[in-house]
Amino acid sequence: MSNDIVAELRDISISFPGVKALDGVDLVLRAGEIHALMGENGAGKSTLIKALTGVYAIDAGTVTVDGAARRFTGTADAQDAGIATVYQEVNLCENLTVGENVMLGREARGPFGISWRATHARAAEALAGLGLRIDPRSLLASHSLAVQQLVAIARATVLDSRVLVLDEPTSSLDRGEVEQLFAVVRRMRERGVAVLFVSHFLDQIYELCDRITVLRNGRLVGEYPTEDLPRHELIAKMLGREVEHLDEIGERAERAALPAAGVPVLRTENLARKGAVEPFDITILPGEIVGFAGLLGSGRTESARLVYGADRADGGTIRLGDRITKVTSPRTALAHRLAFSSEDRRSEGIIADLTVRENLVLAVQAKRGWWRRVPKAQQDAIVERYMTALGVRPADPDALIRNLSGGNQQKVLLGRWLATEPELLILDEPTRGIDVGAKAEIQTVIADLAADGLAVLFISSELEEVVRLSHRIYVLRDRRIIGEIADGADIDVDRIVALIADDRSGEKAA
Amino acid sequence: MTMLRRITRHPLFWPVFALVVLIVVNTISRPSFLSITVKDGGLYGSLIDILRNSSQLMLVSLGMTLVIATRGIDLSVGAVLAVSGAVSLTIIGSSDTPGDLGTVTVAILTGLLVTLVLGIWNGFLVSVVKIQPIIATLLLMFAGRGIAMLITKGQITTITSDPYRYLASGHLLGLPVAFLIAIVVVVLVSLVVRRTALGMLLEAVGINPEASRLAGVQSRGIIWMVYALSGVLAGLAGILYSSNIMAADANNAGLNIELDAILAVVIGGTSLMGGKFSISGTVVGVLVIQTLTTSITFLGVPPAVTPLFKALVVIVICLVQSQKARDMLFSRRRHRTAAPAAVVAEAETEAVAR
Repeated sequence: MSNDIVAELRDISISFPGVKALDGVDLVLRAGEIHALMGENGAGKSTLIKALTGVYAIDAGTVTVDGAARRFTGTADAQDAGIATVYQEVNLCENLTVGENVMLGREARGPFGISWRATHARAAEALAGLGLRIDPRSLLASHSLAVQQLVAIARATVLDSRVLVLDEPTSSLDRGEVEQLFAVVRRMRERGVAVLFVSHFLDQIYELCDRITVLRNGRLVGEYPTEDLPRHELIAKMLGREVEHLDEIGERAERAALPAAGVPVLRTENLARKGAVEPFDITILPGEIVGFAGLLGSGRTESARLVYGADRADGGTIRLGDRITKVTSPRTALAHRLAFSSEDRRSEGIIADLTVRENLVLAVQAKRGWWRRVPKAQQDAIVERYMTALGVRPADPDALIRNLSGGNQQKVLLGRWLATEPELLILDEPTRGIDVGAKAEIQTVIADLAADGLAVLFISSELEEVVRLSHRIYVLRDRRIIGEIADGADIDVDRIVALIADDRSGEKAA
Repeated sequence: MTMLRRITRHPLFWPVFALVVLIVVNTISRPSFLSITVKDGGLYGSLIDILRNSSQLMLVSLGMTLVIATRGIDLSVGAVLAVSGAVSLTIIGSSDTPGDLGTVTVAILTGLLVTLVLGIWNGFLVSVVKIQPIIATLLLMFAGRGIAMLITKGQITTITSDPYRYLASGHLLGLPVAFLIAIVVVVLVSLVVRRTALGMLLEAVGINPEASRLAGVQSRGIIWMVYALSGVLAGLAGILYSSNIMAADANNAGLNIELDAILAVVIGGTSLMGGKFSISGTVVGVLVIQTLTTSITFLGVPPAVTPLFKALVVIVICLVQSQKARDMLFSRRRHRTAAPAAVVAEAETEAVAR
């Protein structure tokens, strides 16, 4: 390919206290090309992106944009240089209109200050250029996350950006929204924009990207044209392991043997909350992994939150063991040996400024109350046990959890809940946004725990994962459970997809 | 070099530095500033005065530190301080035996009990009714002085009671009793906060309330307790204040002390955003503020420009403490942005707090 180089990062090094996050990494972005940045959690992807977008200053190396050397001291510098970023969590103003967001700082001016008519017209133009037909005068908050991301891209076109960085843009999108996003990204490519695309979904990488840069442990593994790098080689390069080993992890994560029947750990009857979930009945046996399958917004998370008392149910009963129990708050849930790992790791999981140790013992401590501190010896035991069992890296309990990669934060959170010795563990998207290796590790841990008798309610938007791990699956759509698939030969992704797609099944349940 | 760096990187370095500079400036302008004399078994001198006078602010700031750690703020401390003074003095004043130790004890305990109730009220509004702390405590900031007025019937009650006077003016082991009371309370509270899990849970609630709730942390109880404690500590400060002037002054007792307390907390390195807190930092912050207040009179700053002078010094202290401002001022060597620098600072704050 003879595309012009737009942005070039050479020999980039960045250190944090105690960690060398990047060590002499190169990244070259070319006009009219979609470039994937791949690596495990902790490989340095986020750090490299933040170096490119001016969030972090670099310790060594050079950043060249359009042939001119640059030294970014803030995100504004990077933006001025023509680098636009779209994050997983959209960083626009939800309380402004779509048009205002697109044009912020570039409003069209007339003789009497800003001309809103012209501003919105220009915004509409930018949106239409991406094939988006939405009213620029509507509030941004009234649109789905997917559309908000597209608005962020439209903003990039208005700013005439030369480089567009997409950091995990698809994590929260459904299939149709992903298609829409991809159409827009391809259009940006045709316009000669250099796109940097980061995603954990391999399918999407191969569908969209022209070139792949692989990082591992803060170092550059290499840059490859997509067609020269088959999938298994990419995974091997990301993990630095042999492919056979990876298969082995996959084998071990296979479903645990089906548990013997017993008194259900959990049984709900007509549990419901207005506006969130229709009444539902589920049972979970000890040692059973029960999956929730459904699209985003199908009520998976909402149902789980009712069981845990994170949201108050307004109807129905929860039976734990053989007793009807009122679970009115997470605190009572924990006291009854339930545990719930939220899908939103950052805002509902980690306590960012506390250490790994403190994050690990938090739930146990909360259970004991503030007066009776968990004794040092017991803390050490918890830390030792779960950091080893879950393979938390770096293995430093006094590191602040915010400095860990997403996958390792997730492991710490898993340890936090396991330390409370639950009988039922609810895992909402425990593997979202984390790399292949950590994912397999977490899946293995879940299967092992179930084999030891722990009941697990497993929620994931990756159907393959749900199918692989679960003994039984409840299928959800439109905030209600529309079907149940027990273990057997017929438990597969196609069957679930068919169930979700089947209109009649929904009416039957209604 | 590395040793020097370790010292300058210490989160308490800049507050202590500011304190030392203030003392040096005072000493240069009047060398007698440092002199300490012994009289009747007690130490006297400017430095001792600073310790004695800092006791009220110390108590109030201690409570404020914990409240701020939960992302809250308590604006009512000044008014609460006035209430406890009014209650105690009214009890002593209306007693037949004002010099009796029993009377004084009852008066003090009643004063503290009333302020405990006021603190519980604040905590109730914040943790149960979920009113924003600044509004919730603003109510009592105004109402509190009204309550104090009611108790004193609008008069400035004056009393004579030796045991009560001893609290603010007495000496024990050569040191002012007021200062000893403040230090003992600071140590006690620090011990409770760090020996139990209260400190960690406070920080967890302050850093991420929702994640804490899901982890089963009883944030309501914890927040409630912290406001109650802040009330009692302000009450104790009010006892010391009234003991100092031997009068209950509903209008002027603890006036604007909430602002000094917030300043002291911030100078001590606890962020107004909540989360990590440092009690030792607050202690240094209080000494900085108190030394500054003393310097103003000591250096003979004209009363008209006193607020301006104080504001300027505080701005300079805050600027010197800010990593970003220092980077801009002194060198551009440390090319790290604010985020990782803050991480370092916080890691170290924690180390100190332990």
